Amino acid sequence: MTAALDVQRLTTRFDTRAGTVTAVDDVSFSVHRGRIMGLVGESGSGKSVTGFSILGLIEEPGRVSDGKVMVEDTDLRSLSPERMRSMRGRKVSMVFQDPMMTLNPVLRIGDQMAMAVRVHDPMPKARALERARDALGIVGIPSPEERLAAYPHQLSGGMRQRVAIATALLHRPAVIIADEPTTALDVSIQGQILAEVRRLADETQTAIVWITHDLAVVSSLADDICVMYAGKIVERGTAEEVIGQPRHPYTRGLLDSVPGQHEPGARLPQIPGSTPQLSHLPSGCPFRNRCPRATQICATVPPFTSIGGHSALCHHPLEAA
Amino acid sequence: MFGFIISRLLQAIVVVFAMSIIVFVGVYAIGNPIDVMIDPAATAEMRERLIAQYGLDQPLWRQYLSFLANVAQGDLGRSMVYNTSVTGLVFSRLPATLELVLVAIAIATVIGIPAGLYAGYRPKSLGAKAIMALSILGFSVPTFWIGMLLIMAFAVELGWLPSGGRGDLGTFLGMPTSLATANGWSHVIMPALNLSLFKMGLLIRLTRAGMVEAMQTDYVKFARAQGLPDRQIVFRHVLRNISIPVVTVFGLELGSTLAFAVVTESVFNWPGVGKLIIDSILTLDRPVMVTYLILVVILFVIINFTVDIVYARLDPRVRLGGTK
Repeated sequence: MTAALDVQRLTTRFDTRAGTVTAVDDVSFSVHRGRIMGLVGESGSGKSVTGFSILGLIEEPGRVSDGKVMVEDTDLRSLSPERMRSMRGRKVSMVFQDPMMTLNPVLRIGDQMAMAVRVHDPMPKARALERARDALGIVGIPSPEERLAAYPHQLSGGMRQRVAIATALLHRPAVIIADEPTTALDVSIQGQILAEVRRLADETQTAIVWITHDLAVVSSLADDICVMYAGKIVERGTAEEVIGQPRHPYTRGLLDSVPGQHEPGARLPQIPGSTPQLSHLPSGCPFRNRCPRATQICATVPPFTSIGGHSALCHHPLEAA
Repeated sequence: MFGFIISRLLQAIVVVFAMSIIVFVGVYAIGNPIDVMIDPAATAEMRERLIAQYGLDQPLWRQYLSFLANVAQGDLGRSMVYNTSVTGLVFSRLPATLELVLVAIAIATVIGIPAGLYAGYRPKSLGAKAIMALSILGFSVPTFWIGMLLIMAFAVELGWLPSGGRGDLGTFLGMPTSLATANGWSHVIMPALNLSLFKMGLLIRLTRAGMVEAMQTDYVKFARAQGLPDRQIVFRHVLRNISIPVVTVFGLELGSTLAFAVVTESVFNWPGVGKLIIDSILTLDRPVMVTYLILVVILFVIINFTVDIVYARLDPRVRLGGTK
């Protein structure tokens, strides 16, 4: 079975005044239909840039310099800009972080969604609106007919995010990139959306890349997890493996800094230092300056060491407990 | 909506009323029109009679009250210089200014908004840089100077266009206007272009700024992620958002252009209200000044009202009347 999304050696660089910065460095992963892959990392780790690179929406001064993005056996990077545009929304779609900002404030929900329908499937507006209404129903929006006539500011944040997800689903794309779509929402609403997304992935067999910095979210939602650090994927595996038995010291550090699993009042463990600037990465392993296990050898490029499908980019991976 | 119109109407009445007092006092302070009007050789008796005729011997509040009483009967007074009804005088000049301003605003919009959109869409292109440089010229070089350059170039050197005046008039909807004849158009086009340059520069910069900002927003990225072509993103998504600030400034500019087209009117010898007000200030023709300034206030009130309505049409988050 071929994957819905297969990213191979994707590399995205930004030409800045300080020199060329590699924001996405040799990233490979694949997501099968109906699976949810959590792409986890801190701000600046390159996870959002990865999402935009997949959709071919990197803007100057950035450029995708290398790699393949296979969506159902089509390499998106080999397409002309016009063909690429026709894939967006139809085969691969994206949902953004802030539902307050992703919908156009001055257009009715129905008009925005009808536009998204008709750009790929020319049809009378009335029919496009019906399809928009059905999509709203699918994501669990009550009385979708009325919502079509509403403006975004008349809906709550959770509702707006559902509208955005419904819009992304309009053409039943093979892949949806979700860029921190629940970060700006209340925790209770977040839970509802997560459950909805899980159900949609199962029912529509859409492959979902869920970009987040929140390990708690992915651990309950994702089937597989990739952890990104400084533009590289440093660990990958099933959600169970990565959360249950992290092998990269960075993942371990991230998991340890999640509040809740510690004694109340105890000092929260932290990863020392801060995310390195991409323009000043240390040689070899980018994490070595903050890593408790680092030795001399870490100044050389680390290999991927794997146990089964679970691998880590590290000279000194943690042993299975 | 109805409440909004009523409250706006009441506000307008208060503003016009307050304005009439300010204008009246202000005009009173400028000087005594009798000194300008009368022959210095006239006898004291003639002088007294003239002063009494215009009611200038009365205290200011008396003059104001009798002015109000006349206004209530629809009479704004007679010009001291032309000795005709001021309303007739102002309205005979108004069409000339109106047509000039309308053509100017049309030129500014038709060129300014597309140029601004382009400059904002491709901010780094050579074309965008050229547009921005021209827009700076548009609102930093004085109007009268550009006007004279235009006359030098197109009227004197090339001889393509007449240097001034309104040309042949036709009638349109019962109003005499140059826009009804080809000759009239040849007269109006140059002063209108001159008058439009400042507004064009302003519109270009506003549109560009809005465009640059809008292209960075999440809703544009989201529209891109849906596969919408840029043309549709710009014209369906962005244009409506950036037209909100543009309409606001546009309205204010429309008002101030109507009221103060005087520089262009002087350079091109255009017989509009701007020239009339300058002349009436020089001759201290009080009724004309008062009527004109009140007309300007009413104009601004109407324009602001229209802008508010358009604003609410464009931005669904705006609710008129302040009721939630």
